[in-house]
Amino acid sequence: MAEQATSEVQHTEQMSFVRKYIFSVDHKVIGKQYLFLSLFMALVAGTMAYYVRWQLAWPETAVPGAGWIPEPTAFSGIIPPEFYNALVTMHGTIMVFFVGMPLLLGAFGNYLLPLMVGARDMAFPRLNMMSFWTIFTASLCMIASFFVEGGSAAAGWTGYAPLSADPIYTGVTWGLNLWIIGLALEFTSFLMGGINFLTTTVTMRAPGMTMLRLPLMVWMQITAAVLFMLSVGPLVAGAILLLLDRTVGTGFFLPGKGGDPLLWQHLFWFFGHPEVYVVLLPGIGAVMEILPVFSRKPIFGYRTIIWSTMVAGVLSFLVWAHHMYVSGMDPNLVMPFSITTILISVPFAVIIFAFMATLWGGSIEFKTPMLYAIGTVTTFIIGGVTGIFNGSPPVDIFIHDTYFVVSHFHFTLFPSVFLGGFAALYFWFPKMFGKMMNETLGKIHFWWTMICFNLVFIPMFVLGMGGHMRRIYNPMQYDFLKPMQGINQFITYSAILLLLGQIPFIVNFFWSMFGGKKAGDNPWNANTLEWATTTPVPHENFDTIPTVYHGPYDYSLPNQNEDWQPQHLEKEPAAVA
Amino acid sequence: MSGASTVTEYQATHTVPGRMGVWWFLASEIMVFGGFLAVYILYRMASHGAWAAMAEHVSAPIGTFNTVVLLTSSLTMVKAFEAVDKDARDKARNYLLITVLLGVAFLCVKGFEYSHEISMGFTPLSGSFWSFYYVLTGLHGLHVLAGIIANFCLYIMAVRGTLWSKNCQGRVEFAGLYWHLVDVIWIFLFPLLYLSY
Amino acid sequence: MFDWFPKNISTFGGDIDYVFKLIFYIVGIGFLLGELAILFFVVQFRRRDGQKAKYISGDKWPQLGWILIPTVLVLFLDLWIDFAGAKAYDAVKGEMPVHDVIVEVSSKQYNWIITYPGPDGVFATADDITKENDLHVPVNKVIKVVLKSQDVIHSFFVPVLRLKQDILPGRTTDVWFEATETGKYEIACAELCGYGHYTMRGFLHIHSEEEYAAWLAQIWPAE
Repeated sequence: MAEQATSEVQHTEQMSFVRKYIFSVDHKVIGKQYLFLSLFMALVAGTMAYYVRWQLAWPETAVPGAGWIPEPTAFSGIIPPEFYNALVTMHGTIMVFFVGMPLLLGAFGNYLLPLMVGARDMAFPRLNMMSFWTIFTASLCMIASFFVEGGSAAAGWTGYAPLSADPIYTGVTWGLNLWIIGLALEFTSFLMGGINFLTTTVTMRAPGMTMLRLPLMVWMQITAAVLFMLSVGPLVAGAILLLLDRTVGTGFFLPGKGGDPLLWQHLFWFFGHPEVYVVLLPGIGAVMEILPVFSRKPIFGYRTIIWSTMVAGVLSFLVWAHHMYVSGMDPNLVMPFSITTILISVPFAVIIFAFMATLWGGSIEFKTPMLYAIGTVTTFIIGGVTGIFNGSPPVDIFIHDTYFVVSHFHFTLFPSVFLGGFAALYFWFPKMFGKMMNETLGKIHFWWTMICFNLVFIPMFVLGMGGHMRRIYNPMQYDFLKPMQGINQFITYSAILLLLGQIPFIVNFFWSMFGGKKAGDNPWNANTLEWATTTPVPHENFDTIPTVYHGPYDYSLPNQNEDWQPQHLEKEPAAVA
Repeated sequence: MSGASTVTEYQATHTVPGRMGVWWFLASEIMVFGGFLAVYILYRMASHGAWAAMAEHVSAPIGTFNTVVLLTSSLTMVKAFEAVDKDARDKARNYLLITVLLGVAFLCVKGFEYSHEISMGFTPLSGSFWSFYYVLTGLHGLHVLAGIIANFCLYIMAVRGTLWSKNCQGRVEFAGLYWHLVDVIWIFLFPLLYLSY
Repeated sequence: MFDWFPKNISTFGGDIDYVFKLIFYIVGIGFLLGELAILFFVVQFRRRDGQKAKYISGDKWPQLGWILIPTVLVLFLDLWIDFAGAKAYDAVKGEMPVHDVIVEVSSKQYNWIITYPGPDGVFATADDITKENDLHVPVNKVIKVVLKSQDVIHSFFVPVLRLKQDILPGRTTDVWFEATETGKYEIACAELCGYGHYTMRGFLHIHSEEEYAAWLAQIWPAE
């Protein structure tokens, strides 16, 4: 309510440094803040993955580079099981909630959405600023949780009760409370962000920008925001109950006190599946922007893609129990949930086929963003098809909670968050920072990341087929896992390479930001409105709000000289005829 | 550059951003309380005798009284909005004050109820029903408190006259929407907690 | 390729493996076709001088056929997979066959407490015997396992049986199996249950009929 008052925000040319770069209400600055936050958190969670992988490959040996961690968290680099569980938990939590969402929704959503719809800022700029500082606080909670007594949350990123509901089971006290509080703050942050996404799109579009002329990235962002808002409520309720169980001593999830542990799983997964799409949709939204630009073709089936996304969004609320085939819930519920699960592959099949059809007949140029976009599609297909295994109830009895599942969800989330995120970053970097990124370094980064990613996760399917349980501290405890230890070591080598492969990116990112080639207003000859304004983008985005004449993907129109047609320019008479 | 005053710069709908924001907020609140109520109902269905025995100890007459108080406050809130719409400033101000006072009355009664129940030995740790009772009514109480603060701020603004400036357009409407939500949540809580044993 | 599976020694494990293979071949072919198509498009339609991209918006029904017809195929294959799997799932988790031997497995951090009902076949009687981590059962008999948990959620996982079942504290969950081969196999916990999760290892001893009789005679000497 009070945010209405933001219309009074005064824009003076001489704003203080603090107002301009720290407590800024400008969506572009906020977007960049989200970007830096998510890249930093990615580094943190990536390091955790490295510790986890080392422990799996060479159990109970000192991890190089972990010697700085004080006792009793680790012992001169040797990771004890408590810390291992915390690492696994926090890697998952941070990657999904503090890397995926801030990068795709926070950074690109905030930066691009007002530009793409032709608005001067978000509808509620002050709320937008608050949403960033809320997730910033949440990130501090998460990092602080490592330094409290008892260590960080160690009940898995899913936080299954009763393991999470009573400190006696894990020995973790404030670490897990901070985990819950951090998540609650993160949810609040994105609820505030979501208000802005939807309201800005509905009320502040430029003249002529009808809903069906919106770039698909905008559609994906608002669908993600709505999915998040509709799914997170029950989990917020669950989180409050869980926190009360831990601190006050109620027994909502503790069977000894009359509670029900299975309920947490229902609440978590009711949120969990839509959440996957919250992270996925903006990632493939970036792909939807990039494919047409570099194949100089309209996206294939604009409306069909929107409809498919909506169908997938609705279905995502009806599939949550597919995470619970072996949880002990009523077996009669399994069949309906397996059918909805399998149906959800249909809208995504449509979208993937639409991507492929977009490539057909194009004039494809392999710039780094395009490589990443194609990489996203090709790897996401693996994530999609392996979902069929998990979705099949009998097969899931065997592969549930094995590395097959781990590999499957990395094949869905990594393409959308990182490959899609990198695609977006290489693509919009010129607009965000006014400089071009280095192509050679970008291509090295792409191929290195792509190859190493597959070398890490394809062998994990094999581990899963062998029955290798996830979240196992030391696989050498089991005779049937010993023969597969070589695979574990291979994965770890690849994972280290994958992490090292990000060095070209980091170098490129900072080097280009300060010393890169200056970018023009529209370096890729793209149609959408963010390229219609000058680079760097002025304070209120546009000197005059552009008028929109047609859809975002009119590339290579027949009877026209140019192979692109910006949204804010009228078509040449020849093209109209 | 944003907000009601500049809507005309854009084509699109004539929806006021603030109104959409409030509806979004209400929707997310409904999902949170929906989650709570779903959990409560599932537990209630799964456990039979023990709950009924516990639920008997809440006072239906006091609950009914509070329901009437809250419903009346919704009515006065509507009246306040209506008065704002007609620019009847004194009337709007008085109705806002009545709404605030009714809200405070609700919380006082609730506080009396709590102290009575705790003195009888029913704390949040006295079993599942009581855990739910305190969590649900407590959370609702916090929402009532937030509503009272919002309405009181509007009342102060009305007294000072700042409420009638262009920037504050729609605020009574938004606060009213929120207040009705708080009321509606209570309409669900009341039968579930007080009448269902 | 399927050598990666652990050996299968249960009556229903073969069905599960069959569904896995069925899915593998179906999606494997789909996957290859998809990736090859992308590779072909990317090579074929790379930028060449003087060649303009085609303007295809894909908003007309005939064009949409190119993506909708393959999608219908996907839907058909999906449903095939789902219904092929229904029977296999039902065999494992659906109605239980009449059991020959019953045993209770109670889990706690970080042990499997295994209780045998003794000659009278009834639990909670004087002749119950409780052992830690060693589950002895006869081959070719239907075994019913009553699963319980004393603290958090554990998951009873026997890879060679293709059997996995989460164990919720506060309830009992029944599973069954019939082993077809003798030997000593491992039981694992598949659900994170605390810092000692990885040590929660048990053994499944599957005896031939004579061996089993001898084992019975050893722990319940004839009175």
